[in-house]
Amino acid sequence: MSANLSAIFYLISGILFILALRGLSSPETSRQGNLFGILGMIIAITVTFLSIGSFSSGFIYVLIFLLVGGLVGAFIAYKIPMTAMPELVAGFHSLVGLAAVFVAISAFLNPGAFNLGSAGNIKLGSLIEMSIGAVIGAITFSGSIIAFLKLQGIMSGSPITFRGQHLLNALILISIIVLIYLLCSTQSSNLFWFLLVVSFLIGFLLIIPIGGADMPVVISMLNSYSGWAAAGIGFTLENSALIITGALVGSSGAILSYIMCKGMNRSFFNVILGGFGATEQSSTQNKEQRPVKSGNAEDAAFLMKNASSVIIVPGYGMAVAQAQHALREMVDTLKKNDIKVSYAIHPVAGRMPGHMNVLLAEANVPYDEVFELEEINNDFANADVAFVIGANDVTNPVAKTDPQSPIYGMPVLDVEKCKSVLFVKRSLSPGYAGIDNELFYRDNTLMLFADAKKMTEDITKNL
Amino acid sequence: MEIDPFIFRLSIFILSIFIGYYVVWSVTPSLHTPLMSVTNAISSVIIVGAIIAGLAGNSESIFNVSSIFGFLAISLAAINIFGGFLVTQRMLQMYKKKKKDK
Repeated sequence: MSANLSAIFYLISGILFILALRGLSSPETSRQGNLFGILGMIIAITVTFLSIGSFSSGFIYVLIFLLVGGLVGAFIAYKIPMTAMPELVAGFHSLVGLAAVFVAISAFLNPGAFNLGSAGNIKLGSLIEMSIGAVIGAITFSGSIIAFLKLQGIMSGSPITFRGQHLLNALILISIIVLIYLLCSTQSSNLFWFLLVVSFLIGFLLIIPIGGADMPVVISMLNSYSGWAAAGIGFTLENSALIITGALVGSSGAILSYIMCKGMNRSFFNVILGGFGATEQSSTQNKEQRPVKSGNAEDAAFLMKNASSVIIVPGYGMAVAQAQHALREMVDTLKKNDIKVSYAIHPVAGRMPGHMNVLLAEANVPYDEVFELEEINNDFANADVAFVIGANDVTNPVAKTDPQSPIYGMPVLDVEKCKSVLFVKRSLSPGYAGIDNELFYRDNTLMLFADAKKMTEDITKNL
Repeated sequence: MEIDPFIFRLSIFILSIFIGYYVVWSVTPSLHTPLMSVTNAISSVIIVGAIIAGLAGNSESIFNVSSIFGFLAISLAAINIFGGFLVTQRMLQMYKKKKKDK
């Protein structure tokens, strides 16, 4: 296949990828969009095979590796529980990053295969492009590994900070630029390997100071990085499908990071520099106990039975307790009693963008009962009961009243405006921000101290 | 003077960023998780580079250091392609509207 013809096909597959993202503007068109994406991928892979033309015996190995990877991927996709989606996405990001690094290594060692010159004499532009692709790929890889370990609970979710952290990171970032410059002037392979090692290291160091509840920003940011890495490799390979996709993914991740930061009223740099929530914890421990009203499942069932509208506020705790199915059963029972039920989702609820929506969809909750913060916030004043399950900081009225609070200015759900608030929580411990939730001590709040799933099931029994 | 082909690629890149910007803002927030998994899958189009790398070896030496990295990258990208698209499909299948007869 001529180079021109394959370039046109790569363009087509790039356009199909755009349509795949476009499809996600509504759930009805999204499935078709995904098929466009698959079609785009099939075209890109087929064209690559055809453009190489000479089917050497290496071809069979390509198929074997493709098939092995494909089977592993398919197996994971079918087995993974929906609650583990943040870990899965972080894991997948790390693979894109590593693949980008491997392609860059391969191109560096055998530039002839990619028309980039010869080993030790690679075209300057290509060398810069592949270094950038490899550096971002390596950062994506090691950063995503850390994010994965934190989300999986293998590594503590609390921020890891040490003295001189930011200085060290700044020095490493500068050294990366110097190394790329030296690499371009000497073409030394030792420098190339060293550059990779340093990049892996900085990816690791960048993510360790960031705490668990900031993971939505981290995952989105790594999503963005994986796109820029792909684009860097796309420039090296002069492949438009890869350039288009890289740009799409890069801007997609950047927008998601922006939305998540806005949802917390924090700047991107505030999140990335990390350490949030680590300092305030000590001060809350000395606080005296304030009285709270606590109740059991019967009380909760009584309140809800006499309500005419209920708003459910799910959070990360619901995912941890795997309570989404029990919750939907409770809601079904409420609906049978002609009680209007809707769901209110805060932008940063959960550990990744849209996390709660997926879990509710899994539990067969129709998506037109699920509302975003801006859509539903005015309805709390007219609702009888707010049922907060696994959320905390995103309901704290302090964000609106106390300028001293670390979460001041963060958009919160106006849960306290409901006639009564049911708050399912295991204890009174503060949320991620390390501050007390004012809501616990309000007169119209009833605390339900229990595991979210068990409490929800008990309420259903009592309805 | 001739325009360097790099400029054309840069144009594609920058225009695609703009397309991405507008397309992604139109994605409904409830589908942000599928958005991440599908962007994951499509960014694995990096497999085209991996395939070129894997097939670069000649018949006497299919496995040299460069092609081995290519083969490994093929597997990694394939995990992502299959895993990413399938898990997205699985998620999207769950998004249902309210049944009308309720």
